[in-house]
Amino acid sequence: MSHNNMNLKLKVWRQKNANTTGAFVKYDVNDISDEMSFLEMLDVLNEKLIVTGEEPIAFDHDCREGICGMCSLYIDGKPHGPWQANTTCQLHMRAFKDGDTITIEPWRSNAFPIVKDLTVDRGAFDRIIQAGGYVSVNTGNAVDGNSLPINKDDADASFAAAMCIGCGACVAACKNSSAMLFLSAKVSHLALLPQGEPERKSRVLNMVAQMDKEGFGSCTNTGACEAACPKEISIANIARLNKEYLRAGLTAE
Amino acid sequence: MSSKNMFTSSVGKKLVMAFTGIFLILFLIVHAGLNACIWANDEGLMFNKAAHFMGSFVVPRVLEIGLFVGIILHIVQGYMLTLENRSKRSVGYAVNYAKGSKWYSRSMALLGTLLLMFLVMHIYHFWTPSRLGGMAGIKSLTVFDKNGVEYHNLYAEMKLVFENVFVVILYVLACGSLAYHLAHGFQSAFKTIGIHNKRYHALISTIGYGFAILIPLAFAMMPISFYFNLVK
Repeated sequence: MSHNNMNLKLKVWRQKNANTTGAFVKYDVNDISDEMSFLEMLDVLNEKLIVTGEEPIAFDHDCREGICGMCSLYIDGKPHGPWQANTTCQLHMRAFKDGDTITIEPWRSNAFPIVKDLTVDRGAFDRIIQAGGYVSVNTGNAVDGNSLPINKDDADASFAAAMCIGCGACVAACKNSSAMLFLSAKVSHLALLPQGEPERKSRVLNMVAQMDKEGFGSCTNTGACEAACPKEISIANIARLNKEYLRAGLTAE
Repeated sequence: MSSKNMFTSSVGKKLVMAFTGIFLILFLIVHAGLNACIWANDEGLMFNKAAHFMGSFVVPRVLEIGLFVGIILHIVQGYMLTLENRSKRSVGYAVNYAKGSKWYSRSMALLGTLLLMFLVMHIYHFWTPSRLGGMAGIKSLTVFDKNGVEYHNLYAEMKLVFENVFVVILYVLACGSLAYHLAHGFQSAFKTIGIHNKRYHALISTIGYGFAILIPLAFAMMPISFYFNLVK
């Protein structure tokens, strides 16, 4: 594979904190290797900014191997950038051409207030999980791992839903800022397993109530979330969540 | 959360949209089926009989009340949801994410508004004259039912209304809006009420697209048939 360097123009959203208004700032970055990751490219820019005495650009990241869900960035009109089923940290600069202008925005949703620049507060997701995204297990002897028979198809569907890393790309992609793909992945993951059965009804009702309290919009099944999801969580999970909700709503005491 | 507010949460509001939407889909089948009687080519006799039955029999009259309630709920809830959803992102994006979804799935409120405007015109053309009087100018059919009530000649009313080429164009455009509204709405409604089984979902999607093409096409052919004198 040939190795190329490129010069790029960036339009980056800069915002001091949640209480100030932000604006786009233009930067030139030169000699960027196409083998760099997108975040490494931002690191290069930040080093340059530090040397010149400017405030570096704040952005979220942690594992940089596509599994933690910390990185975000809405790049050129798509959460996590142009590639499919990919996180920003796994986006590489070969996705761009020499001379490109790249627009970088934070996740936009009132439920995800901006902390600084491209960093948003995704605590709303944590509070939704706290409202019901768990199973209660009494302590005691460790049980045999295979003591509960589980249908293979259900186990697979549950695992596919459990792939969700809670990055918030679904909210960023949705025209309604809806968190339904996230919520539906978390509800499906437990609703499909016998371990999730005892809290099945209260879980979905409480998690939906918390989601509404956090200020996310409602789902209109456009499918933008599914298309932007780095873990390819299926929108079928949203239909399953709706079924769980209807069932719980009609039969709860 | 208790089940008391199950229809007022974000998911609950969508359930209301879905149930009223499915009810309106059923109405479209009845409406298109009855109107298709104009193609019997008997100068509207069969169509007028069908329309008279709908207007005089108690069951369709009760359903008509349900229809108005359903339509108003669908419209009001739709606008409220749209406004609410828009308020969730105060600062928008500089570059919009358009690739991930179909334009008509993002434009349900716009398509619905076009349909509402059409509906006002449509009710003024047919429903108010027939129900509240105003059919006086229409030549009588002199056909009476068992109770001696004269049939309204709605067929002649259609003929009269669809003489105007602009009305015909507006009706055909409205059918286009309906087609796109249904193309998203049909399958979305079933997702909202919880159909997640892959096999059923594929079936519903196929039926939904078929429905979204056939029903508006049938409706669009009605003004066209009158305008070009294709029905006798």
